[in-house]
Amino acid sequence: MLISTFQFNTTFFWHELLRPSSAFLGGLWRTVYISVIAQLLAVIVGLVVALARRSTLRILRGVAGAYVWVLRGTPLLVQLVIIYDGLAATDIYRFQDVTVLGVTVLASVQAAILTLALNESAYMSEIIRAGLAAVDAGQHEAALSIGMTPAQAMRYVVVPQALRFVIPPLGNDFNAMMKSTSVLSVIGVPELFFITQEISSSTFHTFEIFMDAALYYLALTTIWAFIQTWLEARIDRSWGIERAQRSWWASLRERFQDPKTLAIGRR
Amino acid sequence: MASFSSPSPASSVDDTGLVVHASEIHKSFASQEVLKGVSLDVVRGEVVVLIGPSGSGKTTFLRCINHFEVPNSGVMQVNGHLIGTKLDRQGKRVEASAREVATQRAEIGFVFQHFNLFPNRTALENVMLGPIKVQKMPKEKARTVAIDQLTKVGLANKIDRYPAQLSGGQKQRVAIARSLAMNPALMLFDEPTSALDPEVIGEVLSVIRDLANEGMTMVIVSHEIGFAREVADRVAMFDDGQIVEIGTPQQVFDNPTQARTKAFLSKVL
Ligand SMILES: Nc1ncnc2c1ncn2[C@@H]1O[C@H](COP(=O)(O)OP(=O)(O)O)[C@@H](O)[C@H]1O
Ligand SMILES: [Mg+2]
Repeated sequence: MLISTFQFNTTFFWHELLRPSSAFLGGLWRTVYISVIAQLLAVIVGLVVALARRSTLRILRGVAGAYVWVLRGTPLLVQLVIIYDGLAATDIYRFQDVTVLGVTVLASVQAAILTLALNESAYMSEIIRAGLAAVDAGQHEAALSIGMTPAQAMRYVVVPQALRFVIPPLGNDFNAMMKSTSVLSVIGVPELFFITQEISSSTFHTFEIFMDAALYYLALTTIWAFIQTWLEARIDRSWGIERAQRSWWASLRERFQDPKTLAIGRR
Repeated sequence: MASFSSPSPASSVDDTGLVVHASEIHKSFASQEVLKGVSLDVVRGEVVVLIGPSGSGKTTFLRCINHFEVPNSGVMQVNGHLIGTKLDRQGKRVEASAREVATQRAEIGFVFQHFNLFPNRTALENVMLGPIKVQKMPKEKARTVAIDQLTKVGLANKIDRYPAQLSGGQKQRVAIARSLAMNPALMLFDEPTSALDPEVIGEVLSVIRDLANEGMTMVIVSHEIGFAREVADRVAMFDDGQIVEIGTPQQVFDNPTQARTKAFLSKVL
């Protein structure tokens, strides 16, 4: 005899989905801004590391290479615990809550942004390095031929062109970044996953609330996919390349169906 | 030909009238010696066309003129500067900084076989970039300069096109305008028409011909013998890293003295 014990509290599910508690929204918001800030920092640090790896100075190349090697060769989770708990335990550095302009940034959030940014910068440096390498060598020479210094050639000619090759993999990394914020719960960052766990243990509606969380993560990555598609089309247009007119829906479906454009299980 | 006296100590413009003074240029890549002592003087207003078989070192020599390649030995003086070098405070000749090399290069236009236009910039932006970033010209002024140059190469109606929207001949003309906008004292062309479809070669050659008529000093690598005959003051025949014959187009094309020149011409004519 099989009696269904499936109990799905539909009311709770819909309520938290459509009228999420302020705690839930706060978690969602932290997930978003931590991802965005960490990604932006990662792009800047990644560019510096990528340029260092192309440097004529061997020491600089070596240091940058070691940086990438270590950060890509160790788990994000381990890096996170070392930076937040490890540094504090050895009294090297203890993150403190800080208030700037009336906004309090939690110690754990600072550590989270720092760690995600460092971790991602190693991946970004490789992406940027590949992007720079994809720009035709003739472009650099053309810039030099009109009297630019190598630094000007890099800044005004090579880097802007590398963007076109960098945006697609960067977008995939940002998708992964938003999802990997869920590991931040181990150092107590009150982001979406952490809040969901709390709601789950206080209400016992584990299935419902995690389904809600999953839908919100999905919404974030989907919105990002739209932005990325728009960005790529915009860059193409700025090169005078018109893409075949496709519906948003078609390009979105393509993005999620093409395994190459998804960063699956990278972290 | 003006004779060459030792390099003027200051980096002022040489008054011998020589725009290029190359003497005994040697260049090797790894163990391969690509230039085996090339000497060439180009006076102001002169057009020299370099011919010769593929791999004979024409491109490498051209690239030595604007310091894209650094010779292993020899003297390369352009516009009165020993390119890539400067005098330090004690008057000793030392390697120039990247910025100083760039300043020397700004006076030398270089037109590439494959155009190398900036694909993310319109024709106008391609031409404006040098004046704005290198000469620090105000945008409005640079725009005027760029439109003038594009008009000169016959592209006044294409200034807002991206390279992807231009034909090969149009791209090469934008590339020429981009170099001219820097107001160079010397233009170098490396096979400017060999990547073009036959039907558009003429429009590019005609732009170069106009430049020759205006008195622009040019060194042109080209296999267009008819064109060379028309615009060249002198033709230099390269073979195996050396200039084996040099003279007026009549001398080199009609009465070549070297067997290697004859053999080469029989293939391209
Ligand atoms: N950057 C380089 N590294 C190694 N070999 C080169 C390089 N550039 C040119 N060469 C070699 O030098 C020789 C002369 O080349 P090049 O100057 O391009 O001749 P040309 O323009 O007359 O065809 C060729 O054998 C070529 O392979
Ligand atoms: Mg060549």
